[in-house]
Amino acid sequence: MMHLVTNIGDADIKMESNRKGFGRGLLAAAKQNDKIVGLCADLTESTQISVIAEEFPDRYVEVGVAEQNLATVGSGMAAMGKIPFIASYAAFCPGRDWEQIRTTICLNDQPVKIVGAHAGVSVGPDGATHQMLEDIALMRVLPNMVVVAPADSVEAEKATLAIAKNGKPSYIRLSRSDIPVFTTADTPFELGKAYVFNEGSDISIMATGTMTYHAMAAAKMLKKDGISAEVIHVPTIKPLDESTILTSAKKTGKVITIEEAQIAGGFGSAITELLAEKLPTQVFRMGIRDHFGESGKPEELLNKFGISSVHIVMQVHGMLGKTKA
Amino acid sequence: MQLTIKQLEEKAAQIRIDIIKMLEHAGSGHTAGPLDLADIFTAMYFHILKHDPKNPDWQERDILVLSNGHTVPVRYVTMAHAAYFPKEELMTLRKLGSRLQGHPERKRLPGLESTSGPLGSGLSQAAGMAKALAIDGVGHRWVYCVTSDGEMDEGNYWEGVMFAAKYNLHNLIVIIDRNNIQIDGPTEHVMPLEDLRAKWEAFGWHVQEIDGHNMESIIDACSMARAVVERPSVIIAHTIPGKGVPFMEYDYHFHGMMHNADEAKKALKALRTLKGKIESEAY
Repeated sequence: MMHLVTNIGDADIKMESNRKGFGRGLLAAAKQNDKIVGLCADLTESTQISVIAEEFPDRYVEVGVAEQNLATVGSGMAAMGKIPFIASYAAFCPGRDWEQIRTTICLNDQPVKIVGAHAGVSVGPDGATHQMLEDIALMRVLPNMVVVAPADSVEAEKATLAIAKNGKPSYIRLSRSDIPVFTTADTPFELGKAYVFNEGSDISIMATGTMTYHAMAAAKMLKKDGISAEVIHVPTIKPLDESTILTSAKKTGKVITIEEAQIAGGFGSAITELLAEKLPTQVFRMGIRDHFGESGKPEELLNKFGISSVHIVMQVHGMLGKTKA
Repeated sequence: MQLTIKQLEEKAAQIRIDIIKMLEHAGSGHTAGPLDLADIFTAMYFHILKHDPKNPDWQERDILVLSNGHTVPVRYVTMAHAAYFPKEELMTLRKLGSRLQGHPERKRLPGLESTSGPLGSGLSQAAGMAKALAIDGVGHRWVYCVTSDGEMDEGNYWEGVMFAAKYNLHNLIVIIDRNNIQIDGPTEHVMPLEDLRAKWEAFGWHVQEIDGHNMESIIDACSMARAVVERPSVIIAHTIPGKGVPFMEYDYHFHGMMHNADEAKKALKALRTLKGKIESEAY
């Protein structure tokens, strides 16, 4: 049982940004373990590191607008037994400090938790510079790194608590704007696990992060059209839950992947690599195709880049057209 | 039992010889930096650091971060002399399966505090370590960081300098190997660094300048640095690149050049005879 809310796709669904959930998770984790420290590069409030600054001022470290320092100071603190959460906007961390993350965190195998806020085009009016789309690709190629993209604020809270305890370099991807909250306290979450959020037989929609809600809403619409879409939620992009993904692909024989990120090297690539090696399957990757974002409202941008529930429905019809007609 | 100054100098001379032997066997690797850091590393491992070769993870140890990872041969040789591992293992440098990687990897060899090679990020890591100790209220452990001068070209370096000053990390002591060379030439041609003392002072650090080959000066400067409260300390150690081997000294071409067997033989002869001052080669 996935224990999801029943009003998916409805106008009255609760909205909250997943960074809020991250803040709750971080505070809870910090209360449980005094080794947890919070580091920020001049975005303390926005990234929710403020929960540590307020509750545990001695365990809050402000490094200024210096993301390379953020990563390397974090690595040093981890070397002395701390569990540092280092936070900035994803465009800057891991965008600007990738080599420091590679060498001093991943190769060093230090349990630094990288918090990439404001990922995806749904950042909105700030425009392309601040809409990080390449972070999944950058992080998932690094040995030792765990990569997680929660679907909503409730899952972000669980994911934060989980990476606080996993003892590994970890990246958590967060979005800026308020988005539907559709998982609940009882919805299962474990690092490295993917979940069948909706059972179906005609096609598999595999989604990560903020796009899983759109996949669920699309499945609801498709049901009315007589199409049975399976939705696989993949919050942990690395390591991948291969068996859940392969089982679903085998069952339906058709896969759509969707992410709010560059599809080159991103989540869709991870799924496609797996399927190409172990179970060649027809796949279409939805996401940003070799393009930068731009200013606009979040929903306008999701429409422009073709990553919303309606676009999923159209894509499914396109792929099933021949077989269902 | 602590070594006398004379014994430390003899130890450093032996370490230089082993560096040349090791690099010759490896067939590649950096030469100038390891040779010029031999006195500093000898002073560190045989006088200054609180450490236990039999228990590299000892919770009370001082920390030595090597930021310019390409000079790691001097660290490997000094660690072997300090009995962290058998000297025979030095001949595995840069070979497949060796714990002695071309650039140091923390997870491969106990006693290395961090992985380095990409320049300019060691000081920030050392500052993070010092900050973590400060948070825990640990006042009796020191974090030393050896850096090159060339890596001060990196922006990350100065981010760390500002950070350490902001948090008054008096338990952090940085030693700059000021040998004035980098791969493309003299540092003041590639990217001028002077006035170094004024820069560090302006950033709020306690600054000392020493002869990086004078054992007493190295030891005294570190004692002085530990006595400084409320501020991090930097020791600008003026060194001669390739120190001990006349045809390598001051020549930036030996920053990274691997030497052939003939050069190694000449270098060993120079080191064993104290640049021809004595006749014996049986050092």
